[in-house]
Amino acid sequence: MSDAMDKATHGRLLGRTQVEDLVIVPLFAFVAALILGAVVMATTGVDLATIGTSYVALVKGSVGSVNAVSETLTAAAPLVLAGLGLALGFRAGLFNIGAEGQVVMGGLAAVVAGVALGDLPAIIALPGALLAGALTGAFYAGIAGWLRAVTGAHEVISTIMLNLISFRLLDYLLSTPLIQKEGRADPISKSVPDAAELPRLLTFIDANLRVHAGIFLMLIMVGVAYWLLFRSKLGFEFRAAGENPVAARFAGMNASLTIILAMAIAGALAGLAGANQTLGVLDRATPGFSAGIGFNAIAVALMGRSHPVGVLLAGILFGALEAGGRQMQVDAGVSIDLIAIIQSLIIVFIAAPLLVKALFPWGFRREGSE
Amino acid sequence: MRHSGSKMCFAALVTAFGLAAASPAFSFTACQVTDTGGIDDNSFNQTAWKGVQDAQKELGVDGRFLESQAETDYDANINSLIDGDCDVIITVGFLLGDATEKAAKANPDQPFSIVDFAYDPIIPNVLGQVYATDQAAFLAGYLAAGMTQTKILGTFGGINIPPVTIFMDGFVRGANYWNEVKGDSVLVLGWDLESREGLFTNNFDNLDDGRAYAQNLYDEGADIVLPVAGPVGLGSATLADELGVDRLKIIGVDADLYFTDTERQHVYLTSVTKRMDATVAHVIKTTLNGEFMGGLLVGTLDNGGVDLAPFHDMEDAVPDELKAELEALRAHIIDGSVSVSD
Repeated sequence: MSDAMDKATHGRLLGRTQVEDLVIVPLFAFVAALILGAVVMATTGVDLATIGTSYVALVKGSVGSVNAVSETLTAAAPLVLAGLGLALGFRAGLFNIGAEGQVVMGGLAAVVAGVALGDLPAIIALPGALLAGALTGAFYAGIAGWLRAVTGAHEVISTIMLNLISFRLLDYLLSTPLIQKEGRADPISKSVPDAAELPRLLTFIDANLRVHAGIFLMLIMVGVAYWLLFRSKLGFEFRAAGENPVAARFAGMNASLTIILAMAIAGALAGLAGANQTLGVLDRATPGFSAGIGFNAIAVALMGRSHPVGVLLAGILFGALEAGGRQMQVDAGVSIDLIAIIQSLIIVFIAAPLLVKALFPWGFRREGSE
Repeated sequence: MRHSGSKMCFAALVTAFGLAAASPAFSFTACQVTDTGGIDDNSFNQTAWKGVQDAQKELGVDGRFLESQAETDYDANINSLIDGDCDVIITVGFLLGDATEKAAKANPDQPFSIVDFAYDPIIPNVLGQVYATDQAAFLAGYLAAGMTQTKILGTFGGINIPPVTIFMDGFVRGANYWNEVKGDSVLVLGWDLESREGLFTNNFDNLDDGRAYAQNLYDEGADIVLPVAGPVGLGSATLADELGVDRLKIIGVDADLYFTDTERQHVYLTSVTKRMDATVAHVIKTTLNGEFMGGLLVGTLDNGGVDLAPFHDMEDAVPDELKAELEALRAHIIDGSVSVSD
């Protein structure tokens, strides 16, 4: 049993097919999307020199300097965290659309806990705030899991609705005296005290570098998710439930509990993504602070093939696109909407590996040449 | 065939990279960061950008902008401009206040100018551009009260922040002033002067909300609506266009929407203009001349920083008597004999 599992996990990490899936397909999808993006830009009247400038800027803004790498990692951290949670859900056969709402609730809870614990030393305040974010995210996602397990309500519908509820709940809660910043009439939370903030890492080089301790959180969680999914009994149950729920049930696994736990863990990770934003980047919560992270994370999880390492790579790529996209605007004046189009094209190509293989046949093993 | 097609694309891409190096260099660059409304919002950000464009034409400077898609972008966008070579960074909107302050304090040698935010105490390298919008909105409120058939006006805002509510304050007080002078009882829905609460969409980008909020106000009897929410108001204009201007008129904000929203220009009774283009161009000019100073720049009716736009297509619909009263009222506001903020 343990041998078989070992083989399976090693296969997942190192097999040729997996390498194709995790590296080559995304790489070619990326190239194809850039080419198509250039075509789109050209048809909207952007001249060739500007297209060139903009792609140079894309590279420069994502990896071209310390600040660029800092921005890439800052943008990647929440996407990876939320993406890990979604990947766990996908492995368990749950299509969780609710990461956005869980990011909102987790981020807000982290602010509230951070403000409450602000007078304590950082060693208590910061973990406390992060834990509050994770637990709240877990609870919020757990609602959808519970509804699914007990009533059969499909998680796609219930998580979408919970997203909508969370947006309005955020608007409301931000205007309550307990949370609202003193002296403001608009919905905005109090600032997170220093003790509860995820400290910035590189301010000794340049005060403008925003990369913060959340990237360690991200790396730790990649490890935890990998262990959970491929090394633990619970993860085996998740995967079994995802591959074949009927067989899992006959094997004596508690399907209801698996669903609720998978959702709750996914929610905890999404909640951490929210806490990462409020404690590390924004220092407060505002309406719309989630900024679509929970939705982009769906693409990150799918692009990472629901594998923790894949999610990490995909998240960093998305972070790079976000940071580089900003530079495209600065250097070439290309509309930010075009960046969104290129991002979406990449997802379309990755979602269709057969299309990519057909476009770039020389990059892949021919079938049957094992 | 497929192969050669993608090879050609590659070739084009490589050529493009080669050409990238050749772009003209300017000695002075003005950079703008928008809020989430975007550069083409037909009002707030677009007006400020027009100021940059005017400066480009008149002074031969270079101009760039960065659009923010979410609040998380504010810090990052400002930072990425600091890396570049911006001689002045213009941040547009109250919501960028904290991000601008942070960036300005971290980079004391970089001149900043922010629209709609006044720092107290002032930051030496930030020039705040603020507007006595209530002066112009007061005129709009008086005009609307004089024009309404139903005796009910409506307004709604984007977010409950001072640069938005100052429009609503002026509008309501202008209508109240009409009531006082004429012994009338025109009611303004959507903003309560006392409790400082009212109708807010809580965003500056959802046109659908603009339509829905205007519909609600119309259903409650309002026949003139003042949306103070940037592009959200375009949704309200669409509703007015469909209902017909006899049933619902819109008062634009920030820019003269008769010119920026040309497809629906007939629905605008007037616009409360906030000449951010003039102040932004002014800031660029003084910075170019090496005269940049932190502090405050206040736009008023007197100096033309705020104003009421012409009636355009509705010129004939507004009675001459009302026009004369507005002229007189305008003079009284400027000389201080009528207070717009009691």
